[in-house]
Amino acid sequence: MRNFLLFIYRNHFTFIFLILELVSFYLLVNYNSYHRATWISSSSKISGNIYNSYSNAAQYLTLEQINEELAKENAYLRSQLPSSFKDSKDYFSLVYDEHNKQQYTYRSARVINNSVNKHFNYITINKGSQNGIEKEMGVISAKGVVGIVKDVSEHYSSVISLLNTRLQISAKLKDKGFFGALGWNGVDYRYAWLNEIPIHALVTVGDVVVTSGYSAIFPEGILIGTVEEVKKEKGESFYKIKVRLSVDFKDLSYVEVISNNMKNEQLDLESTNND
Amino acid sequence: MINRLPGYIISFFILVLLQVLVFNNIQFSGYVNPYVYILFIFMLPFETPGYMLLILAFIVGITIDLFSNTPGMHSFATVLMAFFRPSLLRAISPRDDYQPGTTPSLHDYGFAWYLKYTVTLTLIHHTALFFIEVYDFSYFFSTLWRIILSSVFTLIIIFITQLFVFKKNKRR
Repeated sequence: MRNFLLFIYRNHFTFIFLILELVSFYLLVNYNSYHRATWISSSSKISGNIYNSYSNAAQYLTLEQINEELAKENAYLRSQLPSSFKDSKDYFSLVYDEHNKQQYTYRSARVINNSVNKHFNYITINKGSQNGIEKEMGVISAKGVVGIVKDVSEHYSSVISLLNTRLQISAKLKDKGFFGALGWNGVDYRYAWLNEIPIHALVTVGDVVVTSGYSAIFPEGILIGTVEEVKKEKGESFYKIKVRLSVDFKDLSYVEVISNNMKNEQLDLESTNND
Repeated sequence: MINRLPGYIISFFILVLLQVLVFNNIQFSGYVNPYVYILFIFMLPFETPGYMLLILAFIVGITIDLFSNTPGMHSFATVLMAFFRPSLLRAISPRDDYQPGTTPSLHDYGFAWYLKYTVTLTLIHHTALFFIEVYDFSYFFSTLWRIILSSVFTLIIIFITQLFVFKKNKRR
């Protein structure tokens, strides 16, 4: 026993090294699973506050551009559904179903942290559970799809960006209706790849790619981008389509979080199919 | 030793904030990603005990992780780098060994020594970090390219900070 303790003492440097590496590795691997330690995500209180005050300061430099963007968005929304506005800053409704019951609610939020240069990019926004944001809500900007909410704290949420190789979104060609899975390959932040479009579909450069609405996260028909290049590999029965994203992820200031009020109904119904 | 402590605490916070708020936002052609916070480990005095070195490396790494949503990634790479620091220092020690009262800096041990020291540790750190980030060897060459470009950028910034240290010491 004494010798053993002495052995540990003599090699304590290596042992501490191994223990710390194991802890790191545990965090790293655990991170892949759904139930990972949420305290460490950027929606946690301290880092959220720091990012918030930084973005408050940095925002003054881009106010003009943000104003312009917001004005454009206002005009776009007004032209779409003038009657559905409610007199509130960050809460208005856009889409109604046939029973006049509101299906999608939109909440605006400000981006306070963002990256495009990693393999797994995340965005932090300044609204959280207190503002009614929940996990797995869709996030869009005025120009198109941005990502899906991953973690929520009281005042902040972190969003899996579309520029994250772990995220796949159900997308379709707007005119033809063929649908497939859209994902990013980790290389260029301006382009994503749309797979699973069968080769008998007629795809031309410039076709518009939108959300399919099958996933209960995004409503149908939200812009994702346009077809930039169509590839067909020998022996494959699907195209590989390069899509130019409509959202400029380097220039993202305001986003909207979509909550689907009938999501649970759809998911409950769909879960019975698996039996 | 004790009177240097506040300096190290301040530099810890400055480096972490610089990394998170400035360098994490540098996106040059999608390849360059300087990770300057490792300068904190470079700066630590020669007589820092091994366990302290590792624990400090872990703390710096996990702090950066906290801000960039990557639990474990930076801490893994930084602890790995810190592990190699003592043996590297032994391997490249000058003929008359390290003098008491000096720190591992450009000013105290010269350009060639400092270049060897920083290049080796930066490459260890960046290689571990970028391969963990990709988690996959199928992007080997694009990852290698990122490691090289980012290391060069990190080293340039670290050398620039050393010039400031140089000036400050000269004045005394």
